[in-house]
Amino acid sequence: MTRFVEFTGGDVEAFLQSQENKDLLRFITCGSVDDGKSTLIGRLLYESKMLFEDQLSALEADSKKLGTQGGNLDFALLVDGLAAEREQGITIDVAYRAFTTSRRKFIVADTPGHEQYTRNMATGASTADLAIILIDARRGVLTQTRRHTFICTLLGISQLVVAVNKMDLVGYSRETFEKIESDYRSFAKGLGAENVTVIPVSALAGDNMIERSANMPWYRGATLMAHLETVPVGSTAVDGPFRMPVQWVSRPDQNFRGFAGTIASGRVKKGDALKVLPSARQSIVERIVTFDGDLEEAFAEQAVTITLKDEIDVSRGDVLCAGAAPVEVSDQFEAQVLWMGDSEMLPGRPYIIKSATKSVSGTLDKIKFKVNVNTLEHVAAKTLALNEIGTCVLELDTPLAFAPYRQNKALGSFIIIDRFTNNTVGMGLITFALRRAANIHWQATDVNKVSRAHLLKQQPAVLWFTGLSGAGKSTIANLVEKKLHAEGRLTYLLDGDNVRHGLNRDLGFTDADRVENIRRVAEVAKLMADAGLIVLVSFISPFKAERLMARERIGADFAEIFVDTSLAEAERRDVKGLYAKARRGDIKNFTGISSPYEAPEKPELRIDTGLHKPEEAADAIIAFLRAKEDLTTP
Amino acid sequence: MDTLAQTFLTQIEQFLKEKSLEASAFGKQALGDPNFVFDLRKGRSPSTRTLEKVRGFMAASAAAVAPPAATPAARAGKAFTHLDRLEAESIHIIREVAAECEKPVMLYSIGKDSAVMLHLALKAFYPAKPPFPLLHVDTRWKFRDMYTMRDEIPKRYGLDLLVYVNPEGIEKDINPFDHGSQLHTHIMKTEGLKQAIDKFGFDAAFGGARRDEEKSRAKERIFSFRDSKHRWDPKNQRPELWNLYNARKNKGESIRVFPLSNWTELDVWQYIHRENIPIVPLYFAKERPVVWRDGQIILVDDDRMRLLPGETPEMRKVRFRTLGCYPLTGGIDSDAENLLDIVEEMLVATSSERQGRVIDKDQAASMEKKKQEGYF
Repeated sequence: MTRFVEFTGGDVEAFLQSQENKDLLRFITCGSVDDGKSTLIGRLLYESKMLFEDQLSALEADSKKLGTQGGNLDFALLVDGLAAEREQGITIDVAYRAFTTSRRKFIVADTPGHEQYTRNMATGASTADLAIILIDARRGVLTQTRRHTFICTLLGISQLVVAVNKMDLVGYSRETFEKIESDYRSFAKGLGAENVTVIPVSALAGDNMIERSANMPWYRGATLMAHLETVPVGSTAVDGPFRMPVQWVSRPDQNFRGFAGTIASGRVKKGDALKVLPSARQSIVERIVTFDGDLEEAFAEQAVTITLKDEIDVSRGDVLCAGAAPVEVSDQFEAQVLWMGDSEMLPGRPYIIKSATKSVSGTLDKIKFKVNVNTLEHVAAKTLALNEIGTCVLELDTPLAFAPYRQNKALGSFIIIDRFTNNTVGMGLITFALRRAANIHWQATDVNKVSRAHLLKQQPAVLWFTGLSGAGKSTIANLVEKKLHAEGRLTYLLDGDNVRHGLNRDLGFTDADRVENIRRVAEVAKLMADAGLIVLVSFISPFKAERLMARERIGADFAEIFVDTSLAEAERRDVKGLYAKARRGDIKNFTGISSPYEAPEKPELRIDTGLHKPEEAADAIIAFLRAKEDLTTP
Repeated sequence: MDTLAQTFLTQIEQFLKEKSLEASAFGKQALGDPNFVFDLRKGRSPSTRTLEKVRGFMAASAAAVAPPAATPAARAGKAFTHLDRLEAESIHIIREVAAECEKPVMLYSIGKDSAVMLHLALKAFYPAKPPFPLLHVDTRWKFRDMYTMRDEIPKRYGLDLLVYVNPEGIEKDINPFDHGSQLHTHIMKTEGLKQAIDKFGFDAAFGGARRDEEKSRAKERIFSFRDSKHRWDPKNQRPELWNLYNARKNKGESIRVFPLSNWTELDVWQYIHRENIPIVPLYFAKERPVVWRDGQIILVDDDRMRLLPGETPEMRKVRFRTLGCYPLTGGIDSDAENLLDIVEEMLVATSSERQGRVIDKDQAASMEKKKQEGYF
């Protein structure tokens, strides 16, 4: 949908040329519910003659049926495209519209105002160069105005335009406008917002939208459209040093090996010396290949394929950098995170972190503070809930080549993906690295796990017992340990209740604390297995993600034993009287009652306590252990 | 207030705006008088001395802070245009799918958007071929020119083309005349596509849809997830941030990917012109046998076309803005015989391109509903 007011016939080819040389401004509109965002966009489209006749007649019909403007054109219906939005008269998700004026091309994202849709607003904001923040002149700067401004500045949107809307409803009062302007500016200054422009408008009546308003002669600044057409924008990425994350390795035949990607910053020429990170291998640019022929030089934002003079190992996720100015590499960062998951973020739980073209496993930890987006106060927090923003430590399993977000958006941004639902549950910005990966080494020792196991004449193992409280984990684990001990094996039993008296006495039973509880025990079990022991871990360990974390940390020694007792049965037994207390509400977050238990899907061993007595179960586990030893001992 | 004072005030207001400076702070810094600007606004005429002082203050602070660069450093004389930007974005998306998905496929509907999408895929992987096949979900009622093009293009580029027709449609001889546009489209297009994706086990399918086509498309993500029944849940879309696409899916889910999301109809034509991309001749005006039906110009493309009583085909110079099943696609009167004519015609057009699509008008919010049922 594109219409051109300025085309009046004549040389089409020349016209196309002029169109092609226009630059592109991507902007978002945000603001409180009912501030008139959709109306503002509709008005811009309508006034710029961007609407076709069939769309206008559909709009007329819709306005009569669903409109909120008493039968007059309701521009909001142009952008609120989902049935649910039209029914409820609100914006739920981002809508993207393209339009063109004689000076510029635009893509506008209309973003929702409700707090519950903040993640959708962030979706629109992450690709915007400019944000229009609407304020209802009758209501002034509101909580949502502050929240949206905060998110825009967080994401580094360089231009903010405040449209003080509905000026017609306050009698075009200059005092009202100036009061709002000064309120807003003093707030925005605190956030470090640099380019703020405040314009009094009426989107519904058309004041200061395209034409200067005769109703507000006291306003001497640009109209909204004039500002959008002239505000300086454009990526400054081309000025930085060369960086290109490798997206795809192209190997059509034996003779060609190219690295395809979009240049994140800077420029690259044939013959340039490059460094590949994190490996720090070096080479020289041989060719810059494109479908339209080789290039001598390529620039930021171009999608190209680069070949190198040397056969060095480069794969997807690596970053090609200017040899003289490589990026940093680290595995621990301070990051700002906006949480988008329906269930809260759990510190210590492994998530998939995708940054540029690399996906690695990582955890978010040690939340320094979360920001009350309405007051901008820093608040202490243990976890982040949906739409909350906090500063925390990002720790990765694998080193990452990166740049701080303020320097390079492509190499400083990441998304957080839940390993089980596969949803995008958060977005993050790297502030800085907490340590350089180069500085940490695993201390290699001469006496190692193999030599210790040899001395003990046994195969180290970690038997991880999981199941509901009262399922019989500790009873069975205790029996197994007695039997192994009788055979002369060196064992240790880590019991959930006992560990909570010492190592984990500082932890409670919230989801976040449960994750940390398991993380610590997994580390302890790993050290003990490294010492050569057969470790029995008897922990409820209710979450799949943490059991997977333990499995990954411990490796081949790990075996999951699911002590499977139904909730009804465990509650009937209730040896410790805990279920009764939980039912009365005396214990909060009790697994099975008020906190979930996620049963293992593929445990190494499943013990059905309805079918087997503890004695039989213990024998089955010993047999399992023997089989495992046979497999691993040559 | 005299003109001098008026001009002076305009300059000050501009300065305040640029520097994000409060009027009171300005007065204080320039003259030690926080009320200065307010007095000026009320109509006070300043003395020459005051005027000079204030101008000196503005000049000094303008010199102190260098203006920010309006445009990025020059790109060796060659501008990175709007189309270059769109092209690079689409290539990035196509490569990302190839890298992250196990078995992608490119939907090839033979129209202009498909032509552009295929061209972008060729560019994305050059000198290699795109690492995925093309899929045409055939309804058996496309224009004949489309079938010619469909069989020629993959051959030219050495690509695999899969053609799928819903066997139920063949068995029951589903057609637009006996079954109506809605049922025909549902069985042959929507069901056919779902069956094809399930049959071949594709986990991602590229489509050439653009956000400027229709209101619910404008709301859709570039990576759009479908559940095991191929349904779109518009109220529960994944956040999509920067150009970081999350292509991880749950068992049974598949992804529709729209690399042309941010293109407009004009962008597509401009790009076809710039890159000299071959398109179906039906886009160009020619004398063709047509009938008028329900206010639409329908081409009598083969002898399966059922004429209603009173209908006689007439020769008319027409062309098509979009292509679909010929009995369901309205043409327009036109003299546009080449690309530039088409663009010119589009520039002065008063109706949108989907106006010729009979299927969109069957009911309100029909595209959203169709997409929820699994339509592309």
